[in-house]
Order: sequence, then C-alpha cells, then structure tokens
Amino acid sequence: MATNAKTTRIFKVVSAPVIQVEHLRKVYGPTIAVDDVSFEVYQGEIFGMVGTNGAGKTTSIECIEGLRQQDRGSIHVFGVDPQKEIHDIRRKVGVQLQESHLQPRLKVWEALDLFASFYESPLDWEKLLEQLGLTEKRNTAFARLSGGQKQRLQIALALINDPQLVFFDELTTGLDPQARRAMWDLIRSVRDSGKTIFLTTHFMDEAERLCDRVAIMDKGKIIALDTPENLIQSLGVESRVVFTLKEPHDIACCRSLSGVTLVEQNGDRVLVQGKGDMLVVEVVTALAKEGIRFADLRTEQPNLEDVFLALTGHELKD
Amino acid sequence: MRGFWKLTLVEFKLFLREPMAAFFTLVFPLMMLFIFGSVFGNKPQYFGLGTVDLSIPAYTAMIIATTGLVSLTISISAARELGILRRLHATPLTPISILTSQVLVLFAMTALGMVLLIIAAKITFGLRFNGNVFSVILGFLLSSCSFFALGFVLAGITRTARSAQVVAMALFYPMLFLSGAAIPKWVLPEAVRTYGQILPLTHVVNLLIGLWLGEPWSDHLKEVVVLLVMMVVGLVVSARTFRWE
Repeated sequence: MATNAKTTRIFKVVSAPVIQVEHLRKVYGPTIAVDDVSFEVYQGEIFGMVGTNGAGKTTSIECIEGLRQQDRGSIHVFGVDPQKEIHDIRRKVGVQLQESHLQPRLKVWEALDLFASFYESPLDWEKLLEQLGLTEKRNTAFARLSGGQKQRLQIALALINDPQLVFFDELTTGLDPQARRAMWDLIRSVRDSGKTIFLTTHFMDEAERLCDRVAIMDKGKIIALDTPENLIQSLGVESRVVFTLKEPHDIACCRSLSGVTLVEQNGDRVLVQGKGDMLVVEVVTALAKEGIRFADLRTEQPNLEDVFLALTGHELKD
Repeated sequence: MRGFWKLTLVEFKLFLREPMAAFFTLVFPLMMLFIFGSVFGNKPQYFGLGTVDLSIPAYTAMIIATTGLVSLTISISAARELGILRRLHATPLTPISILTSQVLVLFAMTALGMVLLIIAAKITFGLRFNGNVFSVILGFLLSSCSFFALGFVLAGITRTARSAQVVAMALFYPMLFLSGAAIPKWVLPEAVRTYGQILPLTHVVNLLIGLWLGEPWSDHLKEVVVLLVMMVVGLVVSARTFRWE
C-alpha cells in the first residue's frame, strides 16, 4: 500500500489526471446531493469515495460516468466532458452500477456474449469467465447466482471492453465477509493489470485496505482526501498495546520508551498507549530485554473508522 | 447499431423463457380458436364467412392488446425496476436501439401469434379470407404500433412492475371482453357496442375484421384516425414521461 501511494504521487507529476472534477454540484429538489466537490484521480490508482448512504457518493460517480448531468461544475474524464462525448466515454470506461440486475433468466454466457457485442474490440469473454471463477456457472441464469457470483459477473461485464478506467459503485454491499475479501483481491488484480479504479463504499475497512487514496464524503461534501495512512496519522490518534503479565512484575521499562504517553496497570493486565507505528515493537523489545513474561498481547491501531468518527461526529452505519 | 441484433436475439430468447407471456401470445389464442371453433363450427353466414373466419382478425386484435398493453408495459417497467435499463443505458448502445429491440421482439411475437392462428385455422377449419393481404398487413402494423405506443405510455407512468401489471390488467380485461376481440361483437348487446367505441381495442377489431372481409379503407377512416392519433399522442407522451430508472 505504501508503495502504491508513492507511485500515485509520482504519477501526479508526470501524467494528466484520468478524472478531473471541479466544483461539482447536483441538486434534487430541496436536497443538495453533491455540494462543490473537486478532486482528481490519477492513472493506476484505486480511488475510493466513502461515506454513509445519502452522502452523495453515487450521485458523484454517476455524474462522472455521464449517466447524470451535473447542475454546476465541470467534469473531465480522459480530458473530455463525459456529457458531450458520451459515446466515446462509454467505449473507454467500464461500469458496475449500484443495485443493477440483469434479466433474471439471462444465462451467464449470454450476458457476456451480449455485452461483448456492444464494443468494437472486446476481450475474450471465455477467459474473463475463467479469471472470475465463473466457468462452472456459464449456463446458470442470473437469478440463480449467489450474491458474490452476481457481482463477479458484473465485474466481468465492466471489464469486457478492456477499459482503462473502471467504476465500482457499492460493489461489496450485501456480500458476506468472505465474498467481500474475494472481491478485494479481484479489484487489486484489475488495478495490477494497469487500470485505474474509482470505487464507492460505505465500508471503512474496505476503503482502508483497498484504496490508494480515499475521499471521505459527508452531506454532499468531501471533508478529507488523502491516503488512508495519512488520514489516520493526521488524526494524531495513538496506538495501544495491551497484554497480560504471566507473573507480577514492575513495568517501569515501558514508561521510559519514547513516544509512550500512557501506561496503565490493572492487576496483571497492562495497557501502553503512544505514538508511532513502531510502538508494539518497542514494547515487546523492552519486555524481552527485562525478561518479563507476557501473554495475550494485542494491538489497537487507529483506523479509518476513527478518522470518520472524528471528522463527522457520527458513526458510519450500514 | 453494434450489438443491436444480438440484443434483439437475446430479448427474443428471454421472451420465450417467460412462460406466461409466451402462453398468452402464442398458445391461448389457439386454445380459443379450437374451443369456439369446435362449438360454433365455420359455416358461411356473414358475407360468405363463418364464425372461425371472423374470429381470426378478432383474436389477432387480442394478441396485439396482450403484447402491446400487457407484455410491453410489464417487461419495460420490470427492466427499469431491476436496473436493467440503466445498465444497458450505460453501454455504447443508443437509447433508441435499446427500446427498438424490445418493440421488435414483441412485434415479431405478435406476428407469430397471428401466423400460428392462420395456419391452425386453415388446416382445421378451412379458413376463408375475402380481403387483400397487404391491406390486412398494413392494418396489423398500424394497430400494433398504436398499442405499443400505449404500452410505452403506461410503462412511463407506472412506478413499479407490480403497479404496471395492475394497470395493464385493469385496462386489458374490460377491453378484451367489450371490444369484440374475445366475444364476437354481433353477440354483444347494443349498449356495449355503442359504449365500446371508447375502447381503443374496439377500433382495432373493427378495422381488422373489415379488412378481412375486404371492405375498402374508406369505410374505416374513423378507426384509422383513432389509431393514428393514439400512436402519435402515445409517442409524444412517452417521450416526455419515459424514465430509465
């Protein structure tokens, strides 16, 4: 992840952004769905938008896809306005839409064969089927696929024109944890094949583990945009190391470590709090040096969930 | 046009996989033909034509109402509700080709339903025909187009597939029985025949039976005007009310 973030920053300098959004605004009646949003997405990165339902993620992504017309602001995808060059854009990008189904009785192979026919030089869909682990399901009707299989088919359809830019809108919503992790691996492999990915999610762990950069949206605005690491560090939240002493022992050695701000002992249970990624290594080294025996050690790192909570003042709910 | 024919072919297959739609378009009219044909026979009585001969254009009107009013309305609103239209809209396909493929399939099914009726009636009841083939085809095209336009209006104004089904059925059944499509109009009471004029399907039945009998178009200007107006108004209204999601 760290290297990806660095790569992204280098790309920023040498290449024009794949997506450029300036002062985007979209209003539905009295509701301001997206309010003055600006950002750029660079080639080869996984860019994520996170936020609660109704934060404006889907409206933003659909404006960029050219499915909706913004009220104000400008959007450029590969340097052109998606509204004006809609057919050009649709040939070049791949999309997976939120809550979009296919005809219930349409078979997997028919869906791929059909979508392949919409493009000039589609990929070999037999290979895609294999890559996405759907070969055995090729004759299964869409309605009979599991949630994860449906989403894998949607990914296959999004990739069939070999797009340089792929949009995933709430791809993992409704999937069980195992299927979600399988999706992450798929998305990473898509990115590793050189494509740029723009995704939305309301899962913070997903954004943190998957995205090179994350835009946090709340009430139609982007309230933070950076790499997950930087977002977490900017918060200044400290890590915690918790462990159990096997025998009573003085733990003064932990207090003197650099960066440690708090040590609490409650019976044989010890909590050490401090700054920096290396806290756990320092604590364990110090304990070993002193010959202190311990068990049941775990660490609590601040995560993107904490960032979201700190910035918005409310928790992210499904 | 890239992908248009493939989409049409796929929609064709999907129609045949939908047992209800395929049954009411292709099988049910044949059942009507065999049941009523075996009850009433096909002795010449109206201008040299029998009950079966005149039921063919009437049942064709029934098929047109089934596909145009019911199948089209439900399939479009279901496709919208499931996000299928939105997904197709996000491909390089033009909006017009997405909708045309739907219409083309239903039109082909309507024509197939009519052809099956004609073949079955020819073989079993020695079907007679006094009209001009091209006139009947033209009348069939006009009737189908105006009912498809009506279906698009209904698909545009109903929010869900369920409400589309209710609205389509509420319009379909009274029309079916009061227009002369399912029950011959000469057995209907005078009052029904008079008030039946407000039903669009009555005009399809009258036009198709008239053309089947070989009556000139000049005898059916009223029907032609009603159906043309319905088609144009339907297209204008649905162009304004149609939604992809």
